[in-house]
Amino acid sequence: MAALFFYLFSAVLIASAFMVVASRNPVHSVLYLILAFVNAAGLFVLLGAEFLAMILVVVYVGAVAVLFLFVTMMLDVDFAELRQGFQQYLPFGALIALVFAAELIVVVGAWAIDPSVLKVVQGGSTAIPSDVSNTQAIGRLLYTKYIYFFQAAGLVLLVAMIGAIVLTLRERSGVKRQNVAQQVARTKATAMEVKKAPFRAGV
Amino acid sequence: MTDLSTRSPASGASAKIALFGVLGAIGLVALGVAIYVLWWLFTQTDWFLNVVIYAIEAVVLLVCLLVIIAFLLLADRKIWAAVQLRRGPNVVGPFGLFQSFADLLKFVFKEPIIPAGANKGVFLLAPLVTCMLALSAWAVIPVAWGWVISDINVGILYVFAISSLGVYGVIMGGWASNSKYPFLSALRAAAQMVSYEVSIGFVIITALLCVGSLNLTDIVLFQEKYGLATTLGVPWLTFLNWFWLPLLPMLVIFFVSALAETNRPPFDLSEAESELVAGFMVEYSSTPYLLFMLGEYVAIVTMCSLTTILFFGGWSSPLGFAPFIWVPGVIWFLLKVCFVFFMFAMVKAFVPRYRYDQLMRLGWKVFLPISLGYVAIVAFVLQVTGWGGLN
Repeated sequence: MAALFFYLFSAVLIASAFMVVASRNPVHSVLYLILAFVNAAGLFVLLGAEFLAMILVVVYVGAVAVLFLFVTMMLDVDFAELRQGFQQYLPFGALIALVFAAELIVVVGAWAIDPSVLKVVQGGSTAIPSDVSNTQAIGRLLYTKYIYFFQAAGLVLLVAMIGAIVLTLRERSGVKRQNVAQQVARTKATAMEVKKAPFRAGV
Repeated sequence: MTDLSTRSPASGASAKIALFGVLGAIGLVALGVAIYVLWWLFTQTDWFLNVVIYAIEAVVLLVCLLVIIAFLLLADRKIWAAVQLRRGPNVVGPFGLFQSFADLLKFVFKEPIIPAGANKGVFLLAPLVTCMLALSAWAVIPVAWGWVISDINVGILYVFAISSLGVYGVIMGGWASNSKYPFLSALRAAAQMVSYEVSIGFVIITALLCVGSLNLTDIVLFQEKYGLATTLGVPWLTFLNWFWLPLLPMLVIFFVSALAETNRPPFDLSEAESELVAGFMVEYSSTPYLLFMLGEYVAIVTMCSLTTILFFGGWSSPLGFAPFIWVPGVIWFLLKVCFVFFMFAMVKAFVPRYRYDQLMRLGWKVFLPISLGYVAIVAFVLQVTGWGGLN
């Protein structure tokens, strides 16, 4: 059964990844990308890494891909024009693909020859007992052995977020803003003014 | 016999009979093969029986869920009407009980209209996605002790992931309609749903920090056994054990965020019927529209049951002694879900609609800091006192 689902998820994953590149409509591309993400999550579940699978769905499908979809829907991209430079960029793209394939072959080949090469988390004081769920295992490893890397990654993201806000924030003059605290703090004394209006003269 | 005009109908009839005969024979053979394959699967493989059992469980759960939703929909309209001193639906069946089923038939028998400029595939996919995702969340929700289709380790995360996917139905529907108004409305709705997911996530994190498990059954069992009442030495006051008391601010945030996440009033800006007709669903009619509405109500009931599980102790009875613990857990679960749904309906009836910038302000500037702060406080308290955790 597991093998059946593995081939199902893998086939759909590869097919939808191909369609991301091949489909003419950019929105369809993003939808195929989402399908690819979901199938990758399915493969994670088959590996027994259910926490990673759910995080993949929450973060990539639930948030990142939504932004992709927003952008592709709102941009009016002329794809006929974009494809003009296809021939020109082809050698460069082929080079990147070649490097990527070579790296994959090196990694998988090394693993196939000697599986112990890639096991960096084995041994030491952080060995994970087999009875804990993989959520707990990831948590223990991340918050003990890799705590500084984890914090550094968090700081990098924080800086990136603040940078994005600083770059895009514009203070425009003449915009009326609602100040809720001010509105709530209004009392009879500050909001009302009783004036004596003289007859036939007005205020 | 030589006359063509008399011969052809007769030969047509005999050809028909022959055709039916052939088809019948093929059908019989196919039936035989199907029965043999089923018998072989049942006797020779061990996974097939499990698949059949899961399928039956899923069908039973979904049928019960949909029937309950039909009546909750009616209850929603009745409560809304009662607050406004109206009668509400009262014509179809006794007290209007069959109104939802009449509505269902009405939707099904109407003509589905697909706009000429629409992106046909995505247009029809969107309501299906909404409805299917909403229903699939129920695979992990335990309605009583052990009454759950799939008791997975990361249950709460699964529900969260599925509910965060609900935004795709909205975006796809709005975009595929190929019309300005659904598109703008879909963008608004999507931004709203994504914003409130953040605070829902933090609320879930506080609850699972207390329990030390992502499993929904564990979360309920923890609330049944440990908590305030157990600490005070009165474990039979189970309702004091539940998380609604220690996590009261989070309950409020979760409830309001659930309203926003499911596009319920006062946050129904995406489909504000008095201003926007139906928002991203403007171009939809008949069954696709029905699927959107159904998905929305299923998502609402999912949020109600999630509130029940996280804050009101799931299926556990509020008092831990004789007449109360005899009541089956599923009844308690249903009662609690109905109570939360009643709150949803009352909010719809008497809270005015938010303006869009106020809605965003509430999500990002009020709920996010409060829930983030509460996560830090809860984590600190748990670390210092050593409370929490199932072990």
